[in-house]
Amino acid sequence: MPDYKQFPLPDTAEGLTEAEILSWRVKPGDEVQVNQIVIEVETAKAAVELPCPWAGVVTELLVEPGQTVEVGTPILTVDVDPGGTASAASDASGASAAPSASAAKNGVQQAAGPAEAAPAAGSEENGAPAEDEMKPLVGYGSKTVTAKRRPRKDHGPASDVQNGTFGPVDTPAQESALLEGSAVPLAKPPVRKLAKDLGIDLRTVTGSGSGGVITREDVRHAANGAQPVTVRTGERERRVPIRGVRKATAQAMVHSAFSAPHVTEFLTVDVTPMMELRAKLKDTPAFAGVKLTPLAFAAKAMCLAVQRTPDVNAEWDAESGEIVYKDYVHLGVAAATPRGLVVPKVRDADAMSLAELAGALTELTETARQGKTTPADMLNGTITITNVGVFGVDTGTPIINPGESAILAFGAIRDTPWVVDGEVVPRKVCQLSLSFDHRVVDGEQGSRFLADVGALLADPAVAMTY
Amino acid sequence: MSSAEQWTQPGENPAATAAKPTPEQVIAGLRATSEGGTELVQLLNPEGERIASPQFDRYVEDVDAEQLRGLYRDMTMVRRVDREANSLQRQGQLGIWVPLLGQEAAQIGAGRAMRPSDMAFPSYREHGIAWCRGVTPQELLGIFRCTDHSGWDSSATRFHPYTIVIGNQVLNAAGYAMGQRLDGRVGDDGGEATICFFGDGATSQGDVHEGFVWASVYDAPLVFFCQNNQWAISEPTERQSRLPLYQRARGYGFPGIRVDGNDVLGCLAVTRWALEECRLGNGPVLIEAFTYRMDAHTTTDDPTRYRLSDELEAWKLKDPIERARVHLSRNGLADNDFFEQVASDTDELAAELRDFCVNMPDPPPDRIFSQVYADPSSVLDAERDEFLSYLDGFVGAGER
Repeated sequence: MPDYKQFPLPDTAEGLTEAEILSWRVKPGDEVQVNQIVIEVETAKAAVELPCPWAGVVTELLVEPGQTVEVGTPILTVDVDPGGTASAASDASGASAAPSASAAKNGVQQAAGPAEAAPAAGSEENGAPAEDEMKPLVGYGSKTVTAKRRPRKDHGPASDVQNGTFGPVDTPAQESALLEGSAVPLAKPPVRKLAKDLGIDLRTVTGSGSGGVITREDVRHAANGAQPVTVRTGERERRVPIRGVRKATAQAMVHSAFSAPHVTEFLTVDVTPMMELRAKLKDTPAFAGVKLTPLAFAAKAMCLAVQRTPDVNAEWDAESGEIVYKDYVHLGVAAATPRGLVVPKVRDADAMSLAELAGALTELTETARQGKTTPADMLNGTITITNVGVFGVDTGTPIINPGESAILAFGAIRDTPWVVDGEVVPRKVCQLSLSFDHRVVDGEQGSRFLADVGALLADPAVAMTY
Repeated sequence: MSSAEQWTQPGENPAATAAKPTPEQVIAGLRATSEGGTELVQLLNPEGERIASPQFDRYVEDVDAEQLRGLYRDMTMVRRVDREANSLQRQGQLGIWVPLLGQEAAQIGAGRAMRPSDMAFPSYREHGIAWCRGVTPQELLGIFRCTDHSGWDSSATRFHPYTIVIGNQVLNAAGYAMGQRLDGRVGDDGGEATICFFGDGATSQGDVHEGFVWASVYDAPLVFFCQNNQWAISEPTERQSRLPLYQRARGYGFPGIRVDGNDVLGCLAVTRWALEECRLGNGPVLIEAFTYRMDAHTTTDDPTRYRLSDELEAWKLKDPIERARVHLSRNGLADNDFFEQVASDTDELAAELRDFCVNMPDPPPDRIFSQVYADPSSVLDAERDEFLSYLDGFVGAGER
């Protein structure tokens, strides 16, 4: 009767996990001798020819040239008894009868090898796979080596370690009934030394470190007769699914941060004149009923400055290979809402007067805070302002909204000692920072825009010159 | 520059610069890695012709046809063991193998020059020396299957365990030979000697230098046997030395000699002479066996990445076994039946080795504790007991 044996891909160097099949030297039906070269494979270290472990007839090639195959994968089937002379008893002789552990480790195995046939029973009990990733100490080219951890007889601390949970331990850390044969405690050599010096048997100590490792503190606690420290990580963490606004924000920010090369510039501005103008205008009829915020001035300043530096109001269209300059400003305003960060737009903000802009901003932020901003409201911005000042923060390095080329962070306005005409006087000062996409905007344009915005806030009368 | 004659003496103008060396300097540089002409001891040339040597003929005058056939058989058997083990590694039965292909004459020559009372310190490629010391090929496999540290009784065979750290065994050997000297086992023909094996790459190691110094100043009966196989993994000998390696001995104050490492008779003669010198108390001696590693450094290595196949083809013409075979045939010292018998012996040995390897049991877990100290150690005993009870804690423990 035919006796089929499968040749698993061996580890031809030290600690390699895979090889690429270069070429077969045999085909099905060929007769092969022991040590006849049957295949050439290439590993991270070398191209090597593999000799057949048995004499017989090739019945099947299980892998193809060009394929990358993991060590242990059967590559070739050989009928070692094509004449059918051998009795069933002799099947148990030769390579297949090697001791199971070493045979599995070293690669020669029967079609249904002992490696697969030996599931880690204890690990299933614990409901966790008993596999750990291990890295080889030497060599290169290896990815990961999977080690099967054997199940233990008892359910001492080792089982908890396997399970990955470190719940409160009932047994006090005193002389306990832990017998020889229980798990060897995990502790670093200096900790072992400390335990030895203090006369503590490490097997009676429960580790509070990661993976159940016994720490110096645990040993000291044990020495003082105190309870070992237990970490209840499960109760102190919350897991929230990533979705909705959080997910959209994350995607947009990652996309922007890793596609647009960001440059951020900073400017500190004395905005006292702007604040004085704001106080004056508030009492005028034109602004009656309007919430005139410093943000409105900043937004207006941006709209004006964009006229002189259109580069910051442009879009990098990678698909068409064009830069799209926009003759309108759809100003995005970053707003913190209970749902997360949303950036609704003020359409055609550049065509608005200061009062109109202030009114639009108020309406926009109200809508956003009520969670009523529609997706359409958030599309097609051309430039964005983020008011970090409302959080009492001075400045930041904002990330550009995808599809735009610049974002301005407007910091908190503070009373600050400032030099005016050679004297230090208290002034209203705030910081501006501008992040821009260096694919579209160079330092010159970015700096000019930032300086223009600053100049408009430092002296709103400059607007007369625009 | 490689030899003293070529150096610029104080007061002289430099004869040459690095950019424009003299012809003598170029020749001297080449000689560091070439066979060295008249400096090379050779009793069998690559054509299998016996070359007369006034110095060394007397060391092999007892070697008759039977002994010559024995040397041929030894080399052939060892080569077959080497090839079989290499295949077993490629089939996943060994973790690694260190081929000796091409170095059979150096090892069988040296190994057969030893007396049972002599002690050998190998590196990790000395399968031929192991063969001569009575260590079976099967006993070599445990280390390479990665299941054992050493598979033979190094006291009974007087063959030290393989040393993986490059050059480290030279210190062990120097200490051992100093002990032989201090114990008074040296001084007449009944004396003892030690032989230590290492490669060309090891000569760059500090350990080898220290071993040379200690052995030299204590007149230790130690033969330093350097198999210069031209390659320290991927580094050629010209990256180890600016002068022929055997000439280094002069700097330490003992004789150095270069022998054709592919000439089994030459290696036998030179090693017999060197061991005799040591037994008589005139050691140490350095032998440089000029040979070639025809296969990879180990099964993990790929020599095609650093050397040309031309070189291998040139060395195949100097094959150690082929020249012994030609010598035997040409001089009517062996007939076809003999060669067929050897061929069938190698087949049988290879089959036995293969069968042993795939059925090889792992040593018991306490094996790693059993040969650490000569005398029992309470600390080690406690560690062993703890380890064994740890293993007993697994489900299914004790069933294997």
